Amino acid sequence: MTTSPPGAELQQQRETALIAAILSGEREKFHDLIRPYERQVYHTALALLKNETEAEDVAQEAILRAYRKLASFRGDARFSTWLLAITLNEARTCLRAEKRASLDSLDSTDYGDGVVTPAQLTDWRELPSEALEREEVRSLMQQAIAELPVTFREVVILRDMEELSVNETAEALGISISLVKVRLHRARLLLQKALAPRLRVAWKPEKKRGVIRRLPWF
Amino acid sequence: MVLNCRHVWDRISDYIDGTLDPEVRADVERHLAHCEICSAVLDSTRNIIILMADDRVFELPVDFSQRLHARLDAVLSSEAPDSA
Repeated sequence: MTTSPPGAELQQQRETALIAAILSGEREKFHDLIRPYERQVYHTALALLKNETEAEDVAQEAILRAYRKLASFRGDARFSTWLLAITLNEARTCLRAEKRASLDSLDSTDYGDGVVTPAQLTDWRELPSEALEREEVRSLMQQAIAELPVTFREVVILRDMEELSVNETAEALGISISLVKVRLHRARLLLQKALAPRLRVAWKPEKKRGVIRRLPWF
Repeated sequence: MVLNCRHVWDRISDYIDGTLDPEVRADVERHLAHCEICSAVLDSTRNIIILMADDRVFELPVDFSQRLHARLDAVLSSEAPDSA
C-alpha cells in the first residue's frame, strides 16, 4: 500500500524538472525549489537547537549545502526528506561544536524504560486551534517540545509538526521505522503528560468576571 | 483480549496513526467505550497532535525568508553546484 497524497506526484515532477534546470545552469530556479520548504527547514533546525538565531543560521547553511550538493540528490527519496536530513546533520554539527550534545544526550533511546504514564484527566475539553492565537498557549507548547529529549524531539517535529510519514521520518533521521514508532509514541505521551494539565488551565474561553468558580476537586 | 488502561496507553500512538492490527484495534475500542480516563487520554493526545501541526506554534522570525533569499542570491550568482 504505497499511496501518495494527492498532488505529491505532481510536486515531485515539478521538483525533478527544477533540479534538472538548476544543474544545467538555471541557478536562480533554486529559489523556487526551496521556497515551499523554508519553514520546515527552520522548524527542524529550531527543534534541535532551541535558539532562534542559531536555528536561522543552521537553516541557511543547510539550504546552501543542499544547493552545493544538489547533483548528489538521488530521485529515490523525496527532495524534502533529503533536505531535512541535511538540516538535521547541520544542526547536530552545530550542537556538537558547542558541546551541548553531552548535556542533552543524543542517545536517550532507553528514556524512562519506555514507560510513560499520561496525564489522566477525565474533564479534558478539546482545545480549538484558535487557542494558538494566544501567546501563552504557544509558549506552553514550545516549552513542552523543548523539554523533550532531543531524539524524541526530532521525531515528533518531523512526524507531527512537519507531517512527514513514519517512513520519511525514518529516512530523514537514518533510523529504523520501528525506532521512529517507539520514539514517536513516547514523545506524544510525554507531550500529553506535560501539556494536557497546563493547556486546560491556560485555555478558559469564558470570562470569570470575578466570580469564584466551583472547582470539582474541592 | 481484555486490555487494561496501561495496555491501551501503550497503543495510543499506533491507534491514532491507524496502524494497529484490526483485532487489537477492536480490543482498544472495547476498552475505550467504557473507560473515561483512557478516552480522555486519547482525546487530549489527539488534540495536541492537531495543535502541533499548526504553523502558529513556531512562527518564522520576521524577514527570515528575505534574509535567506538574499544570501542565496549572493551564492547563486557566484557559485555553481558541485559536480556529482
